[in-house]
Amino acid sequence: MTKVLKWALLASILAILPFLTDFAFGKTWVRILDFALLYAMLALGLNIVVGFAGLLDLGYVAFFAVGAYFYALLASPHFGLHLPFWLLLPAGAFVAGLFGVLLGAPTLRLRGDYLAIVTLGFGEIIRIFLNNLNAPYNITGGPQGINLIDPIKLGSFALNHPVGGSIPSVYNYYYLFLILALLAAFVSKRLQYSRIGRAWVAIREDEIAAEAMGINTRNTKLLAFAMGASFGGLSGGLFAGFEGFVSPESFTLMESIMILCMVVLGGMGHVRGVILGAILLSIVPEALRYVGPLQESLFGKVYADPSSLRMLIFGLALILVMLLRPAGLWPSPTRKRELSAQGETAKHENDGVYDAGR
Amino acid sequence: MDIFLQQLINGIVLGSIYSLVALGYTLVYGIMGLINFAHGDIVMVGAMVAFTVIHLLSGSGLPMFLIAGIGILAAILVCMAVGYLIEKVAYRPLRGAPRLAPLITAIGVSMLLQNLAMMIWGRGYLSFPALLPAISIPVAGAGISAVQILIVCASAAMMSGLSFLVKKTKLGNAMRATAQNREVATLMGVNANAIISITFIIGSALAAVAGVMVSAYYGVAHYDMGFILGLKAFTAAVLGGIGNIEGAMLGGLLLGIIESMGAGYLGAITGGVMGSNY
Amino acid sequence: MMQGAKLLEVEHVSKNFGGLAALSNVSLTICQGEIYALIGPNGAGKTTLFNVLTGICRPDSGNFRLNGVEMGGKKPSAMAEAGIARTFQNIRLFSNMSAIENVMVGRHCRTKAGILGAIFKDRATRAEEKSIREKAAHLLEYTGIARHAHMLARNLSYGDQRRLEIARALATEPLLLALDEPAAGMNHSETDSLGTLLEAIRADGITILLIEHDVKLVMGICDRLAVLNFGEKIAEGTPTEVGKNPHVIEAYLGGS
Ligand SMILES: Nc1ncnc2c1ncn2[C@@H]1O[C@H](COP(=O)(O)OP(=O)(O)OP(=O)(O)O)[C@@H](O)[C@H]1O
Ligand SMILES: [Mg+2]
Repeated sequence: MTKVLKWALLASILAILPFLTDFAFGKTWVRILDFALLYAMLALGLNIVVGFAGLLDLGYVAFFAVGAYFYALLASPHFGLHLPFWLLLPAGAFVAGLFGVLLGAPTLRLRGDYLAIVTLGFGEIIRIFLNNLNAPYNITGGPQGINLIDPIKLGSFALNHPVGGSIPSVYNYYYLFLILALLAAFVSKRLQYSRIGRAWVAIREDEIAAEAMGINTRNTKLLAFAMGASFGGLSGGLFAGFEGFVSPESFTLMESIMILCMVVLGGMGHVRGVILGAILLSIVPEALRYVGPLQESLFGKVYADPSSLRMLIFGLALILVMLLRPAGLWPSPTRKRELSAQGETAKHENDGVYDAGR
Repeated sequence: MDIFLQQLINGIVLGSIYSLVALGYTLVYGIMGLINFAHGDIVMVGAMVAFTVIHLLSGSGLPMFLIAGIGILAAILVCMAVGYLIEKVAYRPLRGAPRLAPLITAIGVSMLLQNLAMMIWGRGYLSFPALLPAISIPVAGAGISAVQILIVCASAAMMSGLSFLVKKTKLGNAMRATAQNREVATLMGVNANAIISITFIIGSALAAVAGVMVSAYYGVAHYDMGFILGLKAFTAAVLGGIGNIEGAMLGGLLLGIIESMGAGYLGAITGGVMGSNY
Repeated sequence: MMQGAKLLEVEHVSKNFGGLAALSNVSLTICQGEIYALIGPNGAGKTTLFNVLTGICRPDSGNFRLNGVEMGGKKPSAMAEAGIARTFQNIRLFSNMSAIENVMVGRHCRTKAGILGAIFKDRATRAEEKSIREKAAHLLEYTGIARHAHMLARNLSYGDQRRLEIARALATEPLLLALDEPAAGMNHSETDSLGTLLEAIRADGITILLIEHDVKLVMGICDRLAVLNFGEKIAEGTPTEVGKNPHVIEAYLGGS
């Protein structure tokens, strides 16, 4: 019963959160919440690749870009196409998934850190292509990107319009993103505790043993890439519809690194932890924007350049959190056991000796 | 002017700088399996410190080569200290932690260094003083400048020094032993922590020199110059087989040559699709 | 004492590492239902033969057949699917998974739920998942480590880790179970109960290929054995026959 109560409480908080946030901090912050949810979806996708299957991917943002451009190209005046979002979002996820397989395939033989650099390279290549495919034919719009992208519409109702003239559009997107983020979390959990999820973890733990147990590691890894990428593609489509504008600038290496930080800092492989990481890392840098005004009100003068001070604090926070909680802020129960294992092993070893007489 | 030869020369110069930086990645990776994301930013710190010192001394009437020498020395010392501190504070406590944890602290350190640098030296491009007269020696239709010669010679000297250190000395032995198997090395009486510190210090010293070289070569220094440079050097290290010293040198040279050939020809061939940024 | 049909026929398998002949022209036949042991001094090539049989390394020449089907050059996962399961000399468990999860992974190649099944959890998937779990629990019971089902594999004692490897291999429903030094690091009583376990597995109709240094265990339970030395098969036969073979005596005494 208490469990039901807890969930009901959580649900109602999530439902009124945009109103509370707006009331306390203003609409900008509801928008930040929207982005936090978007990042939660991205982080959950990367978590499949890095957290479950143990494949270090430093170019994840490429799939976000693929989804965003897919949506932007097919629902904007750029080509004069205006396909509906309910078609474009799943199709974008699918196309991104294909890209996942495509980019994943050549990296399959690589060990961890080589994989990292190759995926990083792919991420950059995709961005460079987006940047340059405006000549000789203008496909991607080049550095300017694509403008006037159709908003996401439910029926005849466009999400970028206020409901009944009173509820602002950032609220609409909040609820849509919330539902999809919860769906992403649900799918992640289902995957984790399935035959495929176990195979992913087995590959992460020991690839040779996994193979010897009959797991086709090539296909299983590709599946991880595809699943992770499709989460990225979905988020990309949402991003394009939400912003109404995409350009290569949104898909830099820094973005990939941030998403990776969300996964690791939250608690790799643990769905709730990853969500927490995504939300914290999208909110904290925004909150740190107040260090400028804060300096002024405290000291009457801005001493340090606020934007660099902000990222400096952010960097420090990353270091401190990892030093204090190496397995992440909210690691999965198993991970926690892993870390405390050293002390326990000796005890179990003794158990083993006594048990043997049986 | 012979474009091919000129690009080759430029490539070799660029490549020797990449090699120096790549060595830092490779040394650290070889010994503790960590991608030291902050290494590129140490290069930047080196450039910045040298810039400040040279600037301060430029009115002192000392001869330029002495000023430059003091600047480089200062850069090396500061970078060594920074490298040592980073390892001690951000990486050492995470031995035995999940493998990606130190990667995240490395990213944090990188942000920290960049933004500190931005606060100290500002956002703008600093114009780095010319350390050598801008003479150019003609070679078969191309030209080599004094700075270029110095860069290549100095890198070659430092790399051979490092090779000697790692292959022939007792310290090098201990380093290789630690890289092979830290526990066993410890059992054999190697102080692994000290060796790791020394590795960081050596890598940082190389980075400092590379930083001064890059800035002297292009004539500018900037707070985020380390990021892209680091990325390229890391690519070079991986290209040469990360953890492998000769590999890093070769990888750096190769990448430099590819990049400068690419800048010379690829743009024309692909109509700018493949820029020189990769 | 050849009983039953031929299960595994290894023919003229050779494998070199650089200049070193880890296996040279090794042929042997293992019959349905026997316990066949492979012995030999360190570095004789025993593990290499296992690696060839499980597809981890490709033989330079030669081939082998399982139930008459050519197997040479297949991938490890295909070998497991065809019915060859193994354990590893230096234990390779999925150390951060619980014992029961390790065994459940072993069921992978005998089950088929995919992504959609995982997400929608339809009736077939639920039933399959339940059968995987039950079978895994049963195997833990069978190998005597059921009480550690939810412990992380890395926290099990050495002997229990070796048993867990056997349980995991059995989960793939093998025709041939290849065990690489399963008694290494075990004490006497552990080794004894391991022998009992192997007998039980054989009684269930699974053929066993066993690498073992513990002479007492080998001679006690195997039907036939082959001796490898420097990559060559120098003797084959029943334990008594091999025990009298002068080549074997020389390999063991002369070698050490
Ligand atoms: N992947 C490999 N690369 C190079 N040499 C190898 C490789 N695997 C095995 N060897 C060599 O092949 C020879 C046979 O090794 P193998 O592991 O098969 O011996 P073994 O009979 O299992 O010995 P032990 O009883 O010590 O386990 C050894 O000399 C070993 O060093
Ligand atoms: Mg062996």
